[in-house]
Amino acid sequence: MAEEKLPAWNELPPGAVVIEPGNMAERYTGDWRVFRPVINQEKCIRCLLCWVYCPDDAFSIVEEPYVTQKGRKYKFSLKIDYNHCKGCGICVEECPVKAIDFVEEVK
Amino acid sequence: MIVLPRYEIRWHGRGGQGAVTASMVLAMAAIYEGKYAQAFPEFGAERRGAPVKAYTRIDDEPIRTREPILHPDIVVVLDPSLPKKLYLEGVKDTTVFVVNTKKSAREFASMLEVPVDRVYTVDAFKIALDILKVPIVNTAMVGALVGVVPIVSIESVKKAVLNTFSGKLGQVNVMAVERAYQEIRGIAKEVSA
Amino acid sequence: MSIQKEIKWKRLPLSTNYAVAYAVKDLDVDVVAAYPITPQTTVVEKISEFIANGELDAEMIHVESEHSALSATVGASAAGARAFTATASQGLELMHEILHIASGLRMPVVMSVATRALSAPISIWNDYSDLMNARDASWVTLIVASAQEAYDTIVQAYKIAESPDVMLPVMVAYDGYIMSHTYEPVLVPEDPSIVLEFAPKNYNRLRLDPDRPMTFGTIANPDWYYEFKYQQVVAMKNAYRKAIEVDKEFGKVFGRSYGILETCCLDDADVVVLTYGGLYGTFLEAIRKMRENGVKVGAARLRLWRPFPAEDVVRELGGAKMLVVVDRAISYGAQISGPVAMEVMNAFYGDPDAPSIMSVVVGIGQRTVTSYTVREIVDYAFRVLERGRVPRETLYWGVRGVKYE
Repeated sequence: MAEEKLPAWNELPPGAVVIEPGNMAERYTGDWRVFRPVINQEKCIRCLLCWVYCPDDAFSIVEEPYVTQKGRKYKFSLKIDYNHCKGCGICVEECPVKAIDFVEEVK
Repeated sequence: MIVLPRYEIRWHGRGGQGAVTASMVLAMAAIYEGKYAQAFPEFGAERRGAPVKAYTRIDDEPIRTREPILHPDIVVVLDPSLPKKLYLEGVKDTTVFVVNTKKSAREFASMLEVPVDRVYTVDAFKIALDILKVPIVNTAMVGALVGVVPIVSIESVKKAVLNTFSGKLGQVNVMAVERAYQEIRGIAKEVSA
Repeated sequence: MSIQKEIKWKRLPLSTNYAVAYAVKDLDVDVVAAYPITPQTTVVEKISEFIANGELDAEMIHVESEHSALSATVGASAAGARAFTATASQGLELMHEILHIASGLRMPVVMSVATRALSAPISIWNDYSDLMNARDASWVTLIVASAQEAYDTIVQAYKIAESPDVMLPVMVAYDGYIMSHTYEPVLVPEDPSIVLEFAPKNYNRLRLDPDRPMTFGTIANPDWYYEFKYQQVVAMKNAYRKAIEVDKEFGKVFGRSYGILETCCLDDADVVVLTYGGLYGTFLEAIRKMRENGVKVGAARLRLWRPFPAEDVVRELGGAKMLVVVDRAISYGAQISGPVAMEVMNAFYGDPDAPSIMSVVVGIGQRTVTSYTVREIVDYAFRVLERGRVPRETLYWGVRGVKYE
């Protein structure tokens, strides 16, 4: 791992307060992944349970309409941010229609 | 009249008779007069009927010590049924006794085996029952004390009583103070009266 | 100085507990969370009365334990409120976990402690075991000696706690019962606005604010934790300067100041007795009398316990031949088991001109200390000085069955 320069005691806010909210966005945890969740847009029923359960907020709702082969129309799709998904597999476990495949990363 | 640089008063009663309040009322009166004072109880597991001690110190200068009063200038006995060894502890040749009893100063002095001119008595139970309708003699005994040793004025005592007890209760306690102030008797008082 | 003359005072007969409550009122504290425990209870009873009467606009949070009391106080402080709590004895012990959280989160809360012995056996009476157990919790700790000083020090405490280079919680301690329930004259300003003027609320600090979200109570990895603890070390050092400065400033405005070390009769004193809290008065009066009789003895009182004013102790008391440190708490199993005695020895460590230091414990569980006790201890110190062999262990003065020749 590359040498990170961490701040000195007097460069830190007192009491370990995190002043900037939502700063996890700056921290990429994507390279922790061993298995990668992949959404099967055909099977996905847009229930958003994956979006709720994801501990890293890696699911986003995108305005990409989708029509399944059987003709079902959705106004939006779900997308995974692979820079932050650390491959925990919770979404795979929680998906009620098994619409998320868990495939081994090939690096 | 006794004039001391510092007055040390020890109050003896039983839990529920108001010895602690009496010690406070006297200190409050002194503080109203611009004096320095300290009032504190001998702290115990307070139970009704158990012997209780409380202390008042009064001085023209700030008081720093916090030791209990070992050699009081004045001993106030709120309950005549207390064993005398409790309130005779550490008394000096000059200690004055102010006692709630039906006995005369002469009788009580001989019981204590101290010179009669150092003992003053008042029937505070009767005063309390007449006026307050309960046998709580604390305010009466403060009145009795300042009737003997004018450490503070009776007006200041009344003010302290009114600030301690609100409304009607304050009024009747002031009456108890006044009556005990009048009725306290000792040899010295008899002679001067 | 000019302000001092303008202040109109009320001279009230108050117990130390009530004096604390008056200070809390005059400081316009926003949130009070407390759980009753003797001998502290009358502090928050009086505050409740002020709130009920409309004299203080504050939120009184009734909680189910002291752990919750301090937690709620910390929460209120994090939200930006000026927060207060009070406790004693087992209550302070139950708070212990949150003591460290309050200081670690850098919350400027103020707490009064009516010190009391610890169970078991149960004792509702005074000693400083509770306070001394909280020694390492990174709280600025002041120990006062009168009801007036308690009022004044609570005012000073908020100014110290909320100052940007300190931002630490402050404890103000005094003897349970011996002081907490003793009525004395206390000067309280007729117009309390002077108090707020002296110690204005510091809203310009990191706090929970929906308009500017922040995270409090984070985890810190081994890579980060140490730096935050070092911040507390520095804040404590700043608190030392701040405590002196605020006391001086207080003196200028209100006409009373205390210093961090009160002393008497130190000139040419061979033996100096150092103690703290209400006990000092008893020592002071007895020692003044001994002085009148030609005994070369002096007295000193430690007012600032954390941060420990080591330099001041060495500078002020270093001239004596013997220093007797009288503690009211025991650190069990230590060679020198008086907490302040340890600190004083530490302060003089390596100093070739250091006085002999003798550690004495008294007043445990409010064992009575009188002017006789003072004289016995001072006489003993002079005998030790003559013999030249200073005890290497703490003396437990007044225990039945233990005698020191």
